[in-house]
Amino acid sequence: MNEKSVNVAIIGGGPAGLAAAISAKKNGAEQVLILERNSWLGGILPQCIHDGFGVEELGKSLTGPEYSEMYIDMVKKLKIKTMMETMVLELNKNKTIIAVNRNGIYKIKAKAIILAMGCREKTRWNAMIPGNRPSGVYTAGVAQSFINLYNIMPGKNVLILGSGDVGLIIARRLKFEGANVLGVVEILPYSSGLPRNVVQCLDDYDIPLYLNQTITSIEGKERVEQVTIAQVDKNKNPIISTERRIKCDTLLLSLGLIPENELSKKTNIDIDKQTGGPIVDQHLQTSQEGIFACGNCLQVYDTVDLLSKDAKKAGKNAVLAPDKIKNFVKVKSGKGVKYIIPQIVTKPGNIFFTLRVEKPYEIPTLVVKAGDKELMRKKLPWANPANMVEFQINVDKETIISNDLIEVMLDG
Amino acid sequence: MRNFHVAIIGSGVVGSAIAWELSKYKISVVVFEKGSDVCSGASKANSGVIHSGINSPNNSLKAKFCVDGNKMFQSLSDELNIPLRWIGKYVIAKTQDEIKKLQELENVGKRNKVPGLKIHTGSEVNKKETNVDCEAALWVPTAGITLPYQFNIALAENAAINNVNFFLETEVIDLKKKDENFIITTNKGEFQSNIVVNSTGVNCGKIVEMVEEPNFNIYPCRGEYLVLDKNYSSLVNSMIYQVPQSDMGVLGIHITPTIEGNILLGPSAEFIDDSNDKRNTKDMMNRLIKEAKVILPSLPDDAIINAYSGIRCKISPPEKGGWADYRIEESKKTPDLLNLLGIESPGLTAAPAIAQHITEIISKKIEIIKKSNHKIRRFPNKRFAEMSIIEQSELISKDPRWGRIICRCENITEAEVIQALSNPLNSRTIASVKYRCRAGMGRCQGGFCTQHIVRIMQQYFDINIKDIKLKSPKSNLFYRENKRLRK
Repeated sequence: MNEKSVNVAIIGGGPAGLAAAISAKKNGAEQVLILERNSWLGGILPQCIHDGFGVEELGKSLTGPEYSEMYIDMVKKLKIKTMMETMVLELNKNKTIIAVNRNGIYKIKAKAIILAMGCREKTRWNAMIPGNRPSGVYTAGVAQSFINLYNIMPGKNVLILGSGDVGLIIARRLKFEGANVLGVVEILPYSSGLPRNVVQCLDDYDIPLYLNQTITSIEGKERVEQVTIAQVDKNKNPIISTERRIKCDTLLLSLGLIPENELSKKTNIDIDKQTGGPIVDQHLQTSQEGIFACGNCLQVYDTVDLLSKDAKKAGKNAVLAPDKIKNFVKVKSGKGVKYIIPQIVTKPGNIFFTLRVEKPYEIPTLVVKAGDKELMRKKLPWANPANMVEFQINVDKETIISNDLIEVMLDG
Repeated sequence: MRNFHVAIIGSGVVGSAIAWELSKYKISVVVFEKGSDVCSGASKANSGVIHSGINSPNNSLKAKFCVDGNKMFQSLSDELNIPLRWIGKYVIAKTQDEIKKLQELENVGKRNKVPGLKIHTGSEVNKKETNVDCEAALWVPTAGITLPYQFNIALAENAAINNVNFFLETEVIDLKKKDENFIITTNKGEFQSNIVVNSTGVNCGKIVEMVEEPNFNIYPCRGEYLVLDKNYSSLVNSMIYQVPQSDMGVLGIHITPTIEGNILLGPSAEFIDDSNDKRNTKDMMNRLIKEAKVILPSLPDDAIINAYSGIRCKISPPEKGGWADYRIEESKKTPDLLNLLGIESPGLTAAPAIAQHITEIISKKIEIIKKSNHKIRRFPNKRFAEMSIIEQSELISKDPRWGRIICRCENITEAEVIQALSNPLNSRTIASVKYRCRAGMGRCQGGFCTQHIVRIMQQYFDINIKDIKLKSPKSNLFYRENKRLRK
């Protein structure tokens, strides 16, 4: 077994891992090591050949490969070490990693570890879609990787379920490659993707968006032959009398993403049921001291811009090593709030929060309370589950010592 | 036209067990399989249980072959290197009526010479199974679990290396007896044989129809299953069955741990018209969860990672209770046609005993002499993920492909995928990799590894992307390569 010792080890070389590594290095960590299981850096970005990346961060719109190249170049310039096609098999509380690649098994001891494992796509069975089990059912991201990385078309007549950003973008991409895109089916009364993507990916190419509808059956003995769709009632249950068949050979599923935390769970890191990611404090430190989390394994971000910003914070904190936690206050998702990060505040100061709302709101009021004390009351122009809400509040020393909950809720 | 002593139609567990048994003798044997791999039907879509024999009436063939097969499993599993664990099962009772039924089951079992049966109180059960809610339970220590597909594949692969000819993607479309021989017409040409073994499961009637008027009917009965994430493997330690509901001739929905650490919920029982209709339905998925929660109240809602279904071959209609004994017999109208009819549960357990029985029948028809050079290929099922670090390091230093993880949910390496694709049957679909080495069976259901397996198929086996299949002859994965820019 090969042994190594580093200051900061980062699990995952996607955008979060790259940003965290750069920030750790710039903040003084001598040896920073990125462990990446694929043969390339950048995670999902190299297959996202559309533009729209970096608008907030850089004021210009880059493609996924361009955006990731920018970070990969910086990693190279800073001489950050990377181990490619390397899979982490184990992570211990004492911050030791067991990893494997073609050269053997590695034991890597680190002063701090940053989790940046990204996320995985929900499958057909997460949504319990009934029917046959033929070929031609792909998750949207897998189809995207075949088209953009491997130059292979997975199908010809394609229906898409789920109007999240991945679903919208793959619809346009398939159209460009000559596929017959039959439509995008969405169970909600609105698209769960960014509004600009609905316009630029569907409307501009006359691809229908079927709202309030879902798939009730996949048919086909060997390859997909047809799919049954139906309108849903208020409780999202299909109305059988509205069922209709759509002939197609391919069904792409864009059902949402699940933060990848099998490693975190094995290490007994506390997981937030709502985000699916580790519970963190304002330093993005998990329940295990010296282990930090960032990127889509912490929460599924809307844009890479905000993800990189947070990941840099994790990289910096991993180097500066926060003091031992003495007191802390929990942050609770109140009315209308699906989840909030960080879930714990350990130190007074300006705390940066991100949250997701449960349903769309018009001009809601965001209220933050600690016990009886109101810390913030702010009107938002709108709020939508597809868009994360960011805000900052000053948490004072008393609140942290008081043991009250900080509760975040929406009015309106 | 190629001529064989014995032609076996169908390579489910029974057909493959017969092929393996016959491969020990100096006779020529051919197997026709319409799927892209052996074990393409009910043999892969069941609970993977080695039954004890408490559920079949005394003096039935089901009881005889089940009890005999059960005794053969340990040595077969040792010989072929197939995982087998005698985890035992509880048949649980929640009411006084059900407790009475436990006693009936115990009596049937004792008469079938099933050893070790004992009725435990609810609190005794709870000591071993903390999540199970019951008043009393019958403990059956001789019930075990195996990986049904690996067992089936290992039998077929061992038959193949001992010169049994396997023709995959080869469907028998006609069968005629001409003088002393059978003429077998397939989509891959005509073949001839002295004896035909009809081990086609739910399709057994179609083969019989080709030569004579069948004296039985097939009533396909679908069983749906749900598969739980390995994260919940600690919910149960043994199999948990409810007292069988007598009106369907099935054992009812049960909870079965698998060798790999998943838990299975199912199967349902639903008589259907089309024996190929292997769908999963919303109603049954909901019902499986609901009924499983009766046994296991703490079952989480988000635990399901996959679903599948298999079709039982029933030769008794639902209105007659759905129970019928196996019919394993030579056709009276067509001599040398050996029919295996109505082979449903406990077919996996019974398969080795049925295979011996069929071999005996054949030995009375043609001279069979044991081979002196019969080979055994132990199934390569020790996984990289289960090895010690020293073993792992050693393998990687010999072949670096052991150090590249392809399936990240199950930690399956490139070397294991290549080993699976190099199988003696030359079956090379995504499913043939999955059932041999488990790549793609985890919680992402192939989301990450499929692209890498596709690359390995192209790179090491020179398979064109248009010919890459999921699991069956027409289940192609891809349509074409992308448009390319003109230079």
